[in-house]
Amino acid sequence: MKQKMNGFFAAGLTITALLLLLTVVGAFWTPYDPNAMSGSEKFLAPCLAHPFGTDNFGRDILSRVMKGAGTTFTVAALTVLMGSVLGTLIGALTGYFGGIVDDLLMRLGDVLTAFPSVLLALVIISLLGPGSKYNVVLALGLVFIPSFARVTRTAFASARDVNYIKSARLMGASSARILLIHILPNTLNVLLPAITIGFNNAVLAEASMSYLGIGVTPPDASLGYMLSEAQGMFARAPWYALCTGAVIVLFVFGVGLIGEGLQRRSGEVD
Amino acid sequence: MKYAARRIASFLLTMVIVSFLAFMAFDVISGDPATALLGTEATPEAIAALRTEMGLDRPLGVRYGEWLLGFFTGDLGTSYVYHQSVSEIIAPKISVTLLLSFVSFLLILLISIPLGLSAAKRSGGALEAAGTAFNQFCMAVPPFFTGMLLSYLFGVILKWFMPGVFPDLSTDFPGAMRHIFFAAIAIAVPRIAMTVRMLKSTIQSEMRKSYVRTAISRGNDRSAVLRVHVLKNSLVPVITFLAQTMAEIVAGGIVVEQVFAIPGLGRMLVSSISNRDYPMVQAIVVILALWVVLSGTVADLVNQRIDPRLRLGGDR
Amino acid sequence: MKKRLTALVLATLLCTSLAACGSKAETPAQSAPPAPTESANKAANAVTVGIAQDLDNSLDPHKAVAAGTKEVMFNVFEGLVKPTSSGDLIPAVAEKYTVSEDYLTYTFTLREGVQFHNGDAVTAEDVVYSLKRVAAPTEAGVVQVEALSIMADVVAVDEKTVALTLTEPSNEFISYLTVAILPADYTGQDTAPIGTGPFKFVSRSAQESIVMEKFEGYWGEGAHLDQVTFRIIENAEGLLMGLQSGAIDLCSHLTSTQVSQLSESEFNIEQGYMNLVQAMYLNNAVKPFDDVRVRQALCHAIDRQMILDLAFDGYGALIGSSMYPAFGKYFDEELTSYYTYDTAKAKDLLTQAGYPNGFDMTITVPSNYQPHMDTAQVIVEQLKAVGVNATIQPIEWESWVSDVYAGREFQATVVGVDASTMTARALLERFTSTYSKNFINYNSANYDELFAKAQACYDDAEQTALYKAMERDLTENAANVYIQDLADLVAVRKGLTGLAFYPIYVLDLSTVRYEA
Repeated sequence: MKQKMNGFFAAGLTITALLLLLTVVGAFWTPYDPNAMSGSEKFLAPCLAHPFGTDNFGRDILSRVMKGAGTTFTVAALTVLMGSVLGTLIGALTGYFGGIVDDLLMRLGDVLTAFPSVLLALVIISLLGPGSKYNVVLALGLVFIPSFARVTRTAFASARDVNYIKSARLMGASSARILLIHILPNTLNVLLPAITIGFNNAVLAEASMSYLGIGVTPPDASLGYMLSEAQGMFARAPWYALCTGAVIVLFVFGVGLIGEGLQRRSGEVD
Repeated sequence: MKYAARRIASFLLTMVIVSFLAFMAFDVISGDPATALLGTEATPEAIAALRTEMGLDRPLGVRYGEWLLGFFTGDLGTSYVYHQSVSEIIAPKISVTLLLSFVSFLLILLISIPLGLSAAKRSGGALEAAGTAFNQFCMAVPPFFTGMLLSYLFGVILKWFMPGVFPDLSTDFPGAMRHIFFAAIAIAVPRIAMTVRMLKSTIQSEMRKSYVRTAISRGNDRSAVLRVHVLKNSLVPVITFLAQTMAEIVAGGIVVEQVFAIPGLGRMLVSSISNRDYPMVQAIVVILALWVVLSGTVADLVNQRIDPRLRLGGDR
Repeated sequence: MKKRLTALVLATLLCTSLAACGSKAETPAQSAPPAPTESANKAANAVTVGIAQDLDNSLDPHKAVAAGTKEVMFNVFEGLVKPTSSGDLIPAVAEKYTVSEDYLTYTFTLREGVQFHNGDAVTAEDVVYSLKRVAAPTEAGVVQVEALSIMADVVAVDEKTVALTLTEPSNEFISYLTVAILPADYTGQDTAPIGTGPFKFVSRSAQESIVMEKFEGYWGEGAHLDQVTFRIIENAEGLLMGLQSGAIDLCSHLTSTQVSQLSESEFNIEQGYMNLVQAMYLNNAVKPFDDVRVRQALCHAIDRQMILDLAFDGYGALIGSSMYPAFGKYFDEELTSYYTYDTAKAKDLLTQAGYPNGFDMTITVPSNYQPHMDTAQVIVEQLKAVGVNATIQPIEWESWVSDVYAGREFQATVVGVDASTMTARALLERFTSTYSKNFINYNSANYDELFAKAQACYDDAEQTALYKAMERDLTENAANVYIQDLADLVAVRKGLTGLAFYPIYVLDLSTVRYEA
């Protein structure tokens, strides 16, 4: 039984590790200059020299995917970082203290969730200037806060009434100490799966934003941008869309499996 | 009853805040509607004149008040771009989006409920593992990518529908439905995967609870226990989840409408934002938000009927 | 073969994924494929034209500003005169006109039998109303035609005669009389426009389509097609798939990549030009572009032929100044090769200007214009060779108009500039130092002087020489890095013929017809 549960985790970890390796290597070395153009090598189908083929400018797609994966990973990771840190903070405050703060912040969350994310992203991106990956992170991170807040809020709220927390309070431990040292570690088993899901949603959301033309744009080409660009040349260079798409799918798939594994483990603890 | 009143009040409050924030958003976005309308060769005087005509020179609060008043009297304003009343333009788009969302939701229900229930019965084994992995895979494909593959295969090669051209709903209903059907698949695939997963984990965690074990060990029929107790108790989280799905389908539709060139609210929203057609954006945002908040509120109210314990804590 | 293989792979992929997800991808009840519109369209003598953007303005031609709107509505409206595909002006609503000796009075005789789409005959009153409406607009939204502000008066002499008097002579005045003639007492232009063109407006549906049909009462040869539907498909893939699936018969402004994905057995590809001056426009007032040597260095550092090869599959016509080849007599071929691709020379110039190690710069590009984005990407690569580190800043079109074009807050921008009328003035006046839309802040006393002379000149040859001198001034001072006039690739379904290209941005459907 136990073996199988870790199977998901292990498979997910392997896929993710491989892709991460590709990304990290890509940050320092790529087979070709990812931006180097060549008129004579436009739209080459995958071959030994170019395993993923080349694009409309004769650029090596593998090299671009390696670089693009870095952008995608950074955007997703930062988004989740922002969403989870702020979300957990809000979740902790509202869940632990309850009362008016709870009502107020949760209502704010409702408002945020009610907005079409496209509009929210667009407003933020118009404010900060389009295209940069950090602006996309800000836009997406903001959208992600409420979901993290909800998840952690429940965990903090239920921990509040647990006996050892009560006794810690009686012993005069400060609220900050209780929240950080006593409760936070216990929320990890809901937080970790939420982080994996959030990561995947961030990758997919960034891709959708690129598709709508408000995501990361050159020179920071992300996988999502490349995929939406590749769609326009599908009949001429199907490998472009398929290779880029496959990497995104694997990325999300791998992290999804990790999440599945994590959840099963915590499920057993219950 | 008090709970319901509180939910409804908070629903209204949320809507007012959302509409105000949307209103405010336009003031901070760069690009002015008058400039956008008059194009590259406009003189500053012409722009100023048009701004006055549009009422953009008045304070934000006044404009918002006016809009709110109009909203409650059923007047959503006039589109800057199309010079027609917003409600007139939006009405057909709403029906298209509703239809698309409805078909997607139906697909999700029809496919994920039986799959989820049968998946919940099974625990362990290679089949379960493969199913779970596949489920994760379905969640990993961006809907716009699925959408493109679908339109290429069924539209360009098999010619079962015509990507790019959405048939008129009133004159060619079957054609329009065919178009909507494929778009709905693109929306539904990841959602089905999520719903199956959710159903499975909810039911399984309920099954593990001691009262179920006790009931079964006392010799009650296993499937009867499942039907009577487990399903009933799983209903609350499932309804909450489905309501959320309902809300997210509409938001997810924004991208898929773009891929399939379906003239729904999402596509209108995207182009209205880039045209700076604020009355239009405002109306669509409020409608979408209404949808999201309404589905949440309805789910809460239904859940509270099913499980009155929720009344006490007010805890969602 | 390749396509079939792809299809097969896709089919397998999708079928497995759907089946495994539990749905048996049931096709709707009637599994027979729908009748392709191509044949239905042919039987009805109709075509469906794909356009990439909605006509996002009022349909009133005097209010329309978007090039895409004018392009389509060209089929519905006409002026006293109208342009032809060869670049001439021919009388349209007017049958003939005379100009007085002092060039100050124009007398137009309206064409016998010319009528509006609502069946009313065009009267001199309508002409007076239309010209006055745009010369000094009083209605909000009406765009002033600045060149008509020299009109002192316009009067209806009788039912069929209109006399125009000018405050000062102008040799290009007639080319501005392409202004659409509208019925004087009609208030529905915004949503249900009425003109005198070969097609009459039938309906529009925001975001979906615009329908026009043949105007039977047209004075001239008239349209061959009975109905034209313009379908709005904003994303490039959708447009392409619409063509591939048979939903769309004709589509212009395609990229070479898109065109290469269309089957040769289904489409003819016709090539014209977009009639745009595509350039990397430089803000001449900001550092480092206030130094002519820096601008010249950029001109030497950019390999324009390579841009065409890389981003446009070799399509496009190189240019060297703010003039494109379709303008014929005004176009100076020599300027095209004024700057050769020479990185050594570019580095030299940069060193002289005090930038031996290059500099950083930002190129602002409207993100929804793929050709400009592509061009900018190639430029960024090429500039690396001379040490110039350029970054692309994508910007929404609406923001481009307000920030770059009106606000002049930019360093460099890659866009295409078009001519609103068929005059050299439309392209060249914008860089005179006092012109309100001189967004690159070009400032050359010589240029201003030449323009003033050209305006005062009545000899065509002499005026042409002056305009050419202005072009040379722009080139020598490297006002901008001129690149090309983009190719306009039009996919036309086999069986359709007669498409004509114009030297301005219009899509004339009146000559398009099905082969017998």
